Amino acid sequence: MKWDEAEWAALMRAGNAGDAAAYEQFLRAILPALRSFARGTVARTGPNVEAEDIVQETLVAIHLKRHTWIESEPIGPWMRAIARHKLIDALRRHGRHVRIPVEELEDVLPAEETTTDYPRRDLERHLDRLPARQRGVVQAIALDGRSIRETAEALKISEGAVRVALHRAVAALAAVMRLGAT
Amino acid sequence: MSTEQLIRMLAADRTGRAAALGARLAAALAVGLAVAAGLFWLTLGPRPDIASAAGTLRFLFKFVVTLVVAVAAGGLVLRLVRPGADAGAWLVALLVGPVLLAVAVVLELLSVPQSAWWPRLVGANSYLCLVSIPLLAAPVLAALLVALREGAPTRPAVAGAIAGALAGSLGAALYAAHCVDDSPLFVATWYGIAIALVTAIGALAGARLLRW
Repeated sequence: MKWDEAEWAALMRAGNAGDAAAYEQFLRAILPALRSFARGTVARTGPNVEAEDIVQETLVAIHLKRHTWIESEPIGPWMRAIARHKLIDALRRHGRHVRIPVEELEDVLPAEETTTDYPRRDLERHLDRLPARQRGVVQAIALDGRSIRETAEALKISEGAVRVALHRAVAALAAVMRLGAT
Repeated sequence: MSTEQLIRMLAADRTGRAAALGARLAAALAVGLAVAAGLFWLTLGPRPDIASAAGTLRFLFKFVVTLVVAVAAGGLVLRLVRPGADAGAWLVALLVGPVLLAVAVVLELLSVPQSAWWPRLVGANSYLCLVSIPLLAAPVLAALLVALREGAPTRPAVAGAIAGALAGSLGAALYAAHCVDDSPLFVATWYGIAIALVTAIGALAGARLLRW
């Protein structure tokens, strides 16, 4: 698995400049690397943790902390530090103490092309408990794949209200992940 | 929720890209310091003979050593809140203050008779020093911790500790203007204990508040 840092940095910079499509492409571009990293470590430490859970938690962390990357600096060390932090966090929650040398993050298991995507039931239970507006917005955008504008029209609220509800839902999701979802 | 759905959700969430961390921390520092300075003027105030004291080496050295520590801790904190940032040089810089102080202590021991060592170390007001520095540091530390929550420290306790050292050394620099004990023996002992205390509080608070 190659860490194509130059491409990621370019996409992230475009995303920061307001290019939403580039940002979505960035999230998809880093996915194989995050998966390969999480799977490699979980394979070595035991199957107690679902690797895809760690991938999702890392994605949310990268998203919420994207302003901590300085555009003029290489993006690789920044991403590796976040991935490592979330991985250790997840394993520790499951009662495992691990030490992962930073160097290992670069050459992990070869990426399998089989998809390991799966619905996280714990998160779905959490989404059920969100306030109605946030739940509606998440349903429309994440599950039905609608845009902000389409969601606003469907729910008969302003686009600004959709954005606020969505951001709150993401923050709530991050909190649930951090505590180890119930 | 599948990863595919999660990505759609994250990609659509374009709000909440926070302001630059450096600016946030600078603003927090300004607010915290303003409150601390107000507190200082209301309660302690500068010592009456500050005009003549300002001409003495020992008095001025108190500001040099505390501000040197503050600058290094500030630089280090800015690195610690960014995942993967290299903090090495600032870690070394953090040692400059303690080394300067150690040199000053040796010079003091050489320049005053042995009988004066103990009285100078105990000073006139060690208790006030121990209480004032943490109290003056408190608003600075609180403001810093709030700003640091925007960051992403991979070692929350360490980031909190360094924020504590920054707040503590600034509190000490303020208190130094009131304090009539200027001997490096006093500074190394009581300022040292007070700053260490704020550092420890910062570490405890950081471990709780700065997790992400």
